[in-house]
Amino acid sequence: MSASSPTKSMTIGESGLSLTFAVTAFLCVFAAAKALDTAFAFHASLAAAASAASVFFILNRYFERGELPPQEINGRPNYNLGPIKFSSFMAMFWGIAGFAVGLIIASQLAWPALNFDLPWTSFGRLRPLHTSAVIFAFGGNVLLATSFYVVQRTCRVRLAGDLAPWFVVIGYNFFILIAGTGYLLGVTEGKEYAEPEWYSDLWLTIVWVVYLLVFLVTVIKRKEPHIFVANWFYLAFIVTIAVLHLGNNPALPVSFFGSKSYIAWGGVQDAMFQWWYGHNAVGFFLTAGFLAIMYYFIPKRAERPVYSYRLSIIHFWALIFLYIWAGPHHLHYTALPDWTQTLGMTFSIMLWMPSWGGMINGLMTLSGAWDKLRTDPVLRMLVVSVAFYGMSTFEGPMMSIKVVNSLSHYTDWTIGHVHSGALGWVGFVSFGALYCLVPWIWNRKGLYSLKLVNWHFWTATLGIVLYISAMWVSGILQGLMWRSYTALGFLEYSFIETVEAMHPFYIIRAAGGALFLIGSLIMAYNLWMTVRVGEEEVQSPVALQPAE
Amino acid sequence: MADHTEVDSVSGTATTGHAWDGIKELNTPLPRWWVITFYITIIWAIGYWIVYPAWPTISSNTKGLFGYSSRADVAVELANLEKIRGAKMAALATASLADIEKDPQMLALARAKGKTVFGDNCAACHGTGAAGAKGFPNLNDDDWLWGGSLEQIQQTLLYGVRSGHPKTREGQMLAFGKDGVLKPAEIVTVANYVRELAGLPTRQGYDAKAGAKIFAENCVACHGDNAKGNPEVGAPNLTDKIWLYGSDEATLIETITNGRAGVMPAWEGRLDPTTIKAMAVYVHSLGGGK
Repeated sequence: MSASSPTKSMTIGESGLSLTFAVTAFLCVFAAAKALDTAFAFHASLAAAASAASVFFILNRYFERGELPPQEINGRPNYNLGPIKFSSFMAMFWGIAGFAVGLIIASQLAWPALNFDLPWTSFGRLRPLHTSAVIFAFGGNVLLATSFYVVQRTCRVRLAGDLAPWFVVIGYNFFILIAGTGYLLGVTEGKEYAEPEWYSDLWLTIVWVVYLLVFLVTVIKRKEPHIFVANWFYLAFIVTIAVLHLGNNPALPVSFFGSKSYIAWGGVQDAMFQWWYGHNAVGFFLTAGFLAIMYYFIPKRAERPVYSYRLSIIHFWALIFLYIWAGPHHLHYTALPDWTQTLGMTFSIMLWMPSWGGMINGLMTLSGAWDKLRTDPVLRMLVVSVAFYGMSTFEGPMMSIKVVNSLSHYTDWTIGHVHSGALGWVGFVSFGALYCLVPWIWNRKGLYSLKLVNWHFWTATLGIVLYISAMWVSGILQGLMWRSYTALGFLEYSFIETVEAMHPFYIIRAAGGALFLIGSLIMAYNLWMTVRVGEEEVQSPVALQPAE
Repeated sequence: MADHTEVDSVSGTATTGHAWDGIKELNTPLPRWWVITFYITIIWAIGYWIVYPAWPTISSNTKGLFGYSSRADVAVELANLEKIRGAKMAALATASLADIEKDPQMLALARAKGKTVFGDNCAACHGTGAAGAKGFPNLNDDDWLWGGSLEQIQQTLLYGVRSGHPKTREGQMLAFGKDGVLKPAEIVTVANYVRELAGLPTRQGYDAKAGAKIFAENCVACHGDNAKGNPEVGAPNLTDKIWLYGSDEATLIETITNGRAGVMPAWEGRLDPTTIKAMAVYVHSLGGGK
């Protein structure tokens, strides 16, 4: 143990948090002992162990540390990079896990024997594992890492809080662990993209509020006169996700010592809340958050100014005002009243241009730097992601039109649409951002190999093209088979015949997913080597001048 | 605030004068086509709200110019369907199987309905083309375990085979080996005898006389003296080269040793009587109806 200075005392955070975790550890042991089901007992034990470990680490850190890290060193902000490194690593880890599970379930659809007749590996449990792993675990960690980085750099201050940023990144990943193991054990609320049970939801709420506070306080204490556009988008994402999470998840546990709970909403209201949540998880998690990434990393990498400040402000407000209305287009031709369906559809159409505002700003920022696409595969990845964003945000409004939806709904076309957005837009913009971020935060001159980035780019692009074109064809085929009637008004095809027709496309889809996974493995190797053997960047000793 | 704006040399556009971590912003005006398209989508949306039900009011909602309702749409479509199918569809409920066979229009309706129902309920085991699989009979041929007349098929559909329904079709291929009735060597012999009956090659040195004796003592009760089977107990014809589980020696030994007792579920109670009637007509029409 290093010598601690005599004046050193515990911060309120250190003492408060270690005390809270100590109490939590005790309560969790109690809950584990009283648990009504094994899954709950398992989760309570995990929480007890994690709380005890937290107490140990907080106290250990206190005894090891000298004074708290300074806000500035030689007039330059002393950026807090530890939590960013952690989240970047976790993003890569969960990304590979999520893509791999995606490949497994895509293969299960083509070859059902791969379910292995075991409950834990059945499609029904692995599917939420896949969606949560890629959206919330991979995407979420990318958002945590980039938001903590971007907000510090563009506000020119150290991240607010000492333990708080660590609490956010570790707490969030603990939520992922509880949610993911829960799915495998059959613990679920059965609400798509909001499957975790009541206790995981409560924990996420605490973590998310701390995230909001860390971000907000950092913005408030900024050294720049204005708030950078990326930070508007990050803030919109954090605030709205909190609202959506609380709105969609009010549930009453059957027992405080069991995993099962029942949702407060019933019937069509529950469906409405679910898709208000579901659609805006796309709008604010997968769109607003990743647009924030785009607004920082594309200008930074292209070394060009953002194309239009005016467009950014108009499309930002239009986007967040209109998105929140669009949810009902997931419930066309259901028990949802017609007027609600109308609003969902018309607001989706109006959403088209606000979405494209982001695409224009992303692509046009390249003007004057288009030649860099030839030499910089990272920039190419970022730009292609914006192109996919443009394509999916045209396709989305189109699919929300009721007549189109009557063909596309419940078919693989939806899956194709989601994946052109998820793999092409969210995946590529995240990869591009991580390729930029890792050398920056580990203080490296550059990536280990641009050639490998190029390989990643082409493998993954080919994978996406195979995936989405297979799903378009199979989705439209499926939709047409479902709606085809004989002259006597009977269905032309039985369900099982449509499944047989889908089989070849399922194989192509799985092949596309395999290519995407291979690409991400190339990336992981590249990033690992960058950190391990990359040449260190020498920091210039001169302080940056405030830009004002 | 001091004016720090500068003109970007590439685009000739002024910046807003701020920079964050080196990132500047151009003050480019909104693209015209973007604004115009945005306005068009808004105008279109407003037009749509006028025509269709759109906004909630205190106790109801705006109804739109033509009083559109998706429920009314469904009613219209159902009425159209009624028209297409006509009165014959209703007659199907009370018609006997023989009546249906005689009336071409009703027959066509029953077959169309039966085909749809077959796809959703039977295809999982019998295949979409009703060609069957190992353990699941082919329904296209004229070989019927429980009889291939309309009435026999209907009865099988209603009550199933070894289904647990009180009126189920019962009958069993006994486990001659497992129950110790026949010794392994005898089973090999009688299996080869069965192959001989079907005109298939037999193992070298097999004792045909012994096989005939074992067959006469154990098998004829169900399969009959000439091994032509018996639809009363679901005993298959062993001479027609159509095999439910397979005709190779190993499969036959397996069948004789452990017996067979495949299950066909009873559909009474799950599907209404008219639907079952239609399905019987459909299965009967597949090619092998008697």
